[in-house]
Amino acid sequence: MITQAPPETLRLVVDLNRCQSYGQCVYAAPAVFRFHGEESLEYDYAPDAGARREVARAAAACPVQAITLSGATEPSPLSSGRDQ
Amino acid sequence: MTAAGAPGPAGAGRIVVVGASLAGLRAAEALRDEGFTGELSLIGDEPHEPYDRPPLSKAVLSGRLTTDRITLPRVRNIDARWLLGTAATGLDIPGRQVVLADGRRVDFDRLLIATGTRARPWPAAAGGGLAGVHTLRGRDDADRLRAALATGPRRVLVIGGGFTGGEVASGCRELGLEVTVVQRGAAPLASALGGVLGRAAADWHRAAGVDLRLNTTVRALDGDAHGRLRRARLSDGTVVDAEVAVVATGAPANTEWLTGSGLAADHRGVACDSSCRALGTDGATVEGVFVAGDIARWPHPLFPGQLLRLDHWDNAVAQARTAAHNMAHARLDHRVHQPLPAFWSNQFGVNLKSVGLPHLADQVAVTQGALDERRFVAAYGLRGRLVAAVAVDSPRVLDGYAALIEARAPFPPVLNAPDGPAQLQPVDAEFTRPTGYAPDGAHDHDTRTPAAAVSTPMAHP
Repeated sequence: MITQAPPETLRLVVDLNRCQSYGQCVYAAPAVFRFHGEESLEYDYAPDAGARREVARAAAACPVQAITLSGATEPSPLSSGRDQ
Repeated sequence: MTAAGAPGPAGAGRIVVVGASLAGLRAAEALRDEGFTGELSLIGDEPHEPYDRPPLSKAVLSGRLTTDRITLPRVRNIDARWLLGTAATGLDIPGRQVVLADGRRVDFDRLLIATGTRARPWPAAAGGGLAGVHTLRGRDDADRLRAALATGPRRVLVIGGGFTGGEVASGCRELGLEVTVVQRGAAPLASALGGVLGRAAADWHRAAGVDLRLNTTVRALDGDAHGRLRRARLSDGTVVDAEVAVVATGAPANTEWLTGSGLAADHRGVACDSSCRALGTDGATVEGVFVAGDIARWPHPLFPGQLLRLDHWDNAVAQARTAAHNMAHARLDHRVHQPLPAFWSNQFGVNLKSVGLPHLADQVAVTQGALDERRFVAAYGLRGRLVAAVAVDSPRVLDGYAALIEARAPFPPVLNAPDGPAQLQPVDAEFTRPTGYAPDGAHDHDTRTPAAAVSTPMAHP
């Protein structure tokens, strides 16, 4: 059995059907989430690992739980660095 | 090992997922969640790990996000063999093998087809081969288009006034570029949302400075001596000078690799049953072969009388999960795939969300807000039944409508919304049913428009 290290990369996706633009994520992690226009959420799918705590807080704060974080510890399918 | 053609126990054996985008990835993860412990392979034609497509026509186009920052999170380990950058080119169902472009063959006991759709290219005979003519479906398309827009074209021509066309036009205006949108129908988004909302969308386009050409098609694209796009000749006899064109005229399904396989597959998709099991050309289910995502056409219990294809993000996720569950369980434990269709679009500063199937409707009524305020909800009805609702810059109201649609509530709905009109005024939804694709035409169906109804859709008795 291989002991797997925690994931080094931070990845996330927001279900924008579920998202109702409450904006709690923008307060929790303003470097990652933002509004473009009044109600259109935009975000960085691959923020720097240093944002992990803020992103976890954003995911927990989402009233409709629309934020999914990476959970895999396997290497990238391309295995040659970030996004190849 | 199991004999060819006889899948093993549900938790073991070899499963191959063809298509390594949203549906393929989520299906692979769900297969492990469901207890599948056998060999798992993912085949994808793009040389990228799975990424999210919706930002390509929005934040990526406008330069707020780069294509190396849209990789989808992998939510769990899947212990899979990844075959990326390798297209599947054939399927041998009796021999239980997928054939790859490089000649390799991959054995399977059960197969998931999730190869999605692609952007319909502009015909080569009408200028499709010119430099400067783009489509937008994948990461590489987006990088090429970004590079072209960065050169500062004097005008961008967008062919097709569907959601992708609108988002591209919006992004180009944000970049300060002049934009002409050529739309075959009477309004943008009209084939998805009807003429009433289409006119509101036309106002958003024009207010943002888009040169909108309605009831118009592109006859041909003309280039210079170096093969670079210079102008478009339109059906009304006018000429538009443009150095970049984006073709957004719909998305045929990637089914060529299934030709001759015996599956009921064509440019509209692959037919399957409500358990995501693929159908053969004889109409019978094909043992061990499943379908999910943009490519699937299936009978939805809530909208009978047709095969639905939903090119929607959430359908890819939900159908992948249903297919994975059914692949990992015996027939008696199969689930039916019957999500309420939902999609969104962001364009011209407006957030638009939809639930249900607006394109089926015969009537529409504004239930909250007002069309000219750019903040409203419209309910769609078919023969007195609520079938859809569209919310513009009102993202927090749709859950209630969704529940009513699923409950087969009457139309016009009884809402008593405080921001609604004193009396709902249903009007003709103004759908012009497309009769097929005209080769020179700007079809405004795009990747989020429910497409591929059978030849007699229920809305046209």
